[in-house]
Amino acid sequence: MAKGVKIKGTRDGLLVSLGGGDISLLLAELRTQLTRSPAFFQGGKVALAVGARPMTAAELSQVCDLLGDQGITIWAVISQSATTRAAARELGLASASPPEEDRVNLEAGQEPAVIVRRTLRSGQSVRYPGHVVVVGDVNPGAEIIAGGDIVVWGKLRGTVHAGAMGDEAAVVCALQLDAMQLRIGGHIARAPESVRERPELRPETACVRGDDIVVAPWTP
Amino acid sequence: MAGRVITVTSGKGGVGKTTVTANLGTALAKHGQRVVVVDADIGLRNLDVVMGLENRIVYDLVDVVEGVCRLRQALIRDRRVNELYLLPAAQTRDKSAVSPEDMVEICNQLRREFDFVIVDSPAGIEQGFRNAVAGADEVVVVTTPEVSAVRDADRVIGLIEAQEKGPGVLIINRLKPEMVRRGDMLSTSDVVEVLAVQLLGIIPEDEAIVISTNRGTPIVLDGRGPTAEALDTIARRMMGEDVPVYQPSDDRGLFSRLARFVRGGE
Repeated sequence: MAKGVKIKGTRDGLLVSLGGGDISLLLAELRTQLTRSPAFFQGGKVALAVGARPMTAAELSQVCDLLGDQGITIWAVISQSATTRAAARELGLASASPPEEDRVNLEAGQEPAVIVRRTLRSGQSVRYPGHVVVVGDVNPGAEIIAGGDIVVWGKLRGTVHAGAMGDEAAVVCALQLDAMQLRIGGHIARAPESVRERPELRPETACVRGDDIVVAPWTP
Repeated sequence: MAGRVITVTSGKGGVGKTTVTANLGTALAKHGQRVVVVDADIGLRNLDVVMGLENRIVYDLVDVVEGVCRLRQALIRDRRVNELYLLPAAQTRDKSAVSPEDMVEICNQLRREFDFVIVDSPAGIEQGFRNAVAGADEVVVVTTPEVSAVRDADRVIGLIEAQEKGPGVLIINRLKPEMVRRGDMLSTSDVVEVLAVQLLGIIPEDEAIVISTNRGTPIVLDGRGPTAEALDTIARRMMGEDVPVYQPSDDRGLFSRLARFVRGGE
């Protein structure tokens, strides 16, 4: 399927971009993308970029409803079209023309990431569309959901989901990798029932090989 | 100098918050501190029972909040020790009768007259817990060496940090050294390693605690036995004395070591 719909992480949060073509096709494609990883989007806020496409208030509210069904709210509409911006204002949404530079200050080859400089305790959760780096431990009962990689400079004993928007190439690394549950893209691995005996702290990394999540020593 | 408000909490129920509160309050008072213990578990009050003061309750915390009585009138003096008072919870109301602002106000009034204000928190992380920690300067987290209790303690420590009440200090209650030695129970270092907060003290599992709470006589009152010693050590550490954490001994281990010593060693 042509990529008429793109979802990507920016410094300001998630950005949903709609390309050209028939609006009903785009809506169907958006629905497919959203249902692929519902947990990630649940309760999220996104900006909607529609390029130069002129959209009526009715069409925009269709998009709002579709996102709303997945628990997502639109906080802004970005468009070069004055018609679309007027329609957005009609629906009470913030609207803006796109910034000169679409990629927010990221040089070629660089991707957005967030650093969490504390231990994540039980019940605490980090969700981010880019990579997540934790300087501290991730305790049992804590949760990280990242669009990209997850790197833990500490002990990882909680639940993590890397590549939550479908990136199977994402990896999870930790100084001590004892995740309660580890997901990459659409794959899932649970902690072994028996306690693994390890003489000392050994950094490990997990990635998808074929249909499995494989854990190997982390030797960058 | 204004007193310190210390909230005792745990997340999980049944780990010994109330017993710890009653005993630490009593131990601190025995050391000459002016102490008030506050039962913040509105609707499920227990602290008065554990301290044996139930039959002397006239007014309670909710009466103070609603202006039915003055704070001083609701305080019950424990006659067995100098300068130990209880502010009981209401039994016929629920936690919505008190707001966090009310608790801050009460704690601020109490700290003017006491060295230690020790607040016994209800289990859970809902409004009762938020009330109990609202006025706290410091938080003591009680856990037992069980995975579920440690998980809940971790959650509570996270919430305390979010409210900028510091990371809290830890008491590990009901430790059985013999089970730890056999590898059947989390050890002190296992618990501390996960929670990563300062260890205030360790209290061994002890049947005598059951007897003392049923009688309404805190175990530190007569001051004998390993559990009383453990609690007294915690109280002294809270007063800032430089004493090491009490290490419960493995009875059988000690006995066999003594036996070997008597036999002339090996």
